[in-house]
Amino acid sequence: MRPALSREATVNAVLALLLLAIPLAASAAGQTFYVTLATRIALLALAAVGLNIALGLGGLVSFGHAAFFGLGGYAAGIMATHAFNSEPLLFGLEASTSMPVIWLVAALACGVAALPIGAVSLRTTGVYFIMITLAFAQMIYYFAISWPAYGGEDGLPIYVRNSFPGINTATPLSYFLLCYGMLILGLVLFRFLRDSRFGAALQAARQNATRLSAVGIAPFQIRLVAFVISAMITGVAGALLADLNRFVSPSMLSWHMSGELIVLIILGGKGRLFGPVAGAMLYVLFEYALGSYTERWQLFLGLILLGVVLFARGGLLGLIAGRERHG
Amino acid sequence: MSTALLIEQLLNGLQLGVMLFLMAAGLTLIFGVMGLINLAHGSLYMVGAFACATVAAATGSFWIGLAASLAAAALAGAIVEILVIRRLYERDHLDQVLATFALILIFSEGTRWLFGSFPLYLDIPPLLQGAVPLPGGGQYQLYRLAIIGVGVVVAVGLYLMIARTRLGMRIRAGESDREMIAALGIDISTLYTVVFALGAGMAGLAGALVGALQSVQVGMGEPVLILAFVVIVIGGIGSIKGALFGAILVGVVDTMGRFLLPQALLFMLPPSQAALVGGALASMLIYIVMALILAFRPRGLFAAHS
Repeated sequence: MRPALSREATVNAVLALLLLAIPLAASAAGQTFYVTLATRIALLALAAVGLNIALGLGGLVSFGHAAFFGLGGYAAGIMATHAFNSEPLLFGLEASTSMPVIWLVAALACGVAALPIGAVSLRTTGVYFIMITLAFAQMIYYFAISWPAYGGEDGLPIYVRNSFPGINTATPLSYFLLCYGMLILGLVLFRFLRDSRFGAALQAARQNATRLSAVGIAPFQIRLVAFVISAMITGVAGALLADLNRFVSPSMLSWHMSGELIVLIILGGKGRLFGPVAGAMLYVLFEYALGSYTERWQLFLGLILLGVVLFARGGLLGLIAGRERHG
Repeated sequence: MSTALLIEQLLNGLQLGVMLFLMAAGLTLIFGVMGLINLAHGSLYMVGAFACATVAAATGSFWIGLAASLAAAALAGAIVEILVIRRLYERDHLDQVLATFALILIFSEGTRWLFGSFPLYLDIPPLLQGAVPLPGGGQYQLYRLAIIGVGVVVAVGLYLMIARTRLGMRIRAGESDREMIAALGIDISTLYTVVFALGAGMAGLAGALVGALQSVQVGMGEPVLILAFVVIVIGGIGSIKGALFGAILVGVVDTMGRFLLPQALLFMLPPSQAALVGGALASMLIYIVMALILAFRPRGLFAAHS
C-alpha cells in the first residue's frame, strides 16, 4: 500500500477536474473572464511543467526560463505577423498561422537556443548556474528590446489569433480546452520522463552525480538533454500565451518572468507532477483576489512567498498531500 | 573619431565599472562569508538613492543626503538580515533566490507606496558641477570624475579594512572556516549582520551617487543588480579582487561596445543597418564576454574557493 501516493493522486485528480470544471461552468454562465483566467492558469502551469523537468527532477535552478517562454511567444508573434503581411520568413519559407506548425517552430527555436546556453551553463553548478542562466536570459531580453524589426520595446501584436485545424480558437472556451489539452499532454510527458530510465538517471544526477558517473552515465549529457526538453515545453507554453494575449512583448523575456516560473513551482511543490498546476492556480488566484483589493498586491505576494519559503517547505501539495516519497 | 571622444567614453566606462564595483563588492563579500545569494541587493541600492534624494530635498544638502543613504541602506540591510536573511544561511540556493526575490517585491511595492510612482530627482552638488578639460580637447563632467574617485577610495579602504583590521581578519577567517571562528569565541551572527550591513551600505552609496545622474525610481536597482551578477561571475564569486577586475572589465567593455561597434560595422554595412545591428550586438556584448570567459574558466577569473 502507498497511502501518501494515493492521497497525492486524489489531490491531483481534484485539481485537474477543478481547472476543467470552473471554466466550463463560467462559460455556461456567460462569464468569459473566468475562462480567460483559467486559460492563463493552464498556460503558466504548462510553462512551469517544462521548468519542473530541469528544476524539480534535475535540480537545475534555471533562473532564465523566461528566455524560452518569450522565444516561444515571439515565434507565434513573428509567424503571425509574416503571415498577416504575406511576407515570407527566412529563405523564402512561407509563414503559417496554423498552431501545430507554430508550436513546432517555437519548440525548435527554444531547443536550438537551449543547446548552447545549456552547454555553457551546465559546466557550472550552484550559484554560478543560477546567475549564468539569468545572464543569458537578459542577453536575449536586451536583444529583443534593441531590435526594432519586431516591435522592440513596444512588443508585437497578433491581430488575429492563430488557428488550429477543426477548432475555432477565437471563442474563449474552445481556446481554453485546447490549452488544457496541451497542459494534460505536458503532464503526461513529464510523468513519462520521470518514470523512464532517463528520468531515473536525471534524478540520480541531482541526488548524487558522483555515483551516477561511477555507474558509467555522464551527468552532463543527461542534464543537457533535460534542459533542452524543459526549454522546448516552456517555449510551446509561451507560444500559446502569446496567442491568448494576442500580444508578445519583451516583458515575457524579463527576469521577473523567470522568477515567477520558479515561484509557481515552489508554491505548488517542487518536483511533483501537479506542483506547477497547484502553484499556477494559487498564483493567479492571489493575483486576482489581492489585485481587486489593492494595487499593491505584489507587496502581499512578496510577504506570502516569504512565508512559504521560510515556513511551508514543500508548497501547497506538501501541505495537503504530505511529504514527497523518495525511492 | 577624435581622441577626446575616445577618452570620454573610456572614462564613462570606468565610471560605470566603479559603480558596479560598489554593488559587486557587497554581493561577493556576502556570498564569500555567508554563502548567500542576495537578489535584494538592488533594492538596497534603491533605498540608498531614495534616502539621498529625500534627505537632500529636505535639508538642501547633497552631502547630508549621501550620509543618509549610507546609513539608511546599512540599517535596512541590518534589519533585513536579522528578520529574514539569517534564516536562509543553512538553506539551499533555491530558497535563497526565492526569499530574496520576495524581498524585492516587498521593497519595490513598499517604496512605491511611500513615495508614489513618479521618479524623484537629485541635483549634482554645486561643488562638483562643471567640467574639466580633457587632453586632446573636449571636456569631462567633474561629477563623474568624482564618482571614479569615490570608487577608488572605497576599493582601497575595503582592501585595507580586510587586510589590516581585526574585523577584516574575522571576515577572512569567516570565508575560510565558519565553524572554526565560531569555536574560537567570535560572535558569528553579529559578524554576519555587520558584513551584510557593510555590503548594503556600499550598495546604498552607489545608488545615491548614480541618483544624481539618472532619476531616482522604483526598479532602478534591477539592471545594476544583473550587471553586478555578471561582474562577480566573471571575477569569481567570493573574490573582491575578482569583483574589482570584473567591474572595470564589464564597465569598459559595455560602454566601448556601444560606442565602437556601430562605427566598426560601418565598414561592412550601410549606416542605418550598422547602427541597428551594432546597437543590438553591443547590448549583448558583455554576456557574450561572460560566456566566453566561463567556457574556459567555469569558476571565474579569480575563483576564491577551489
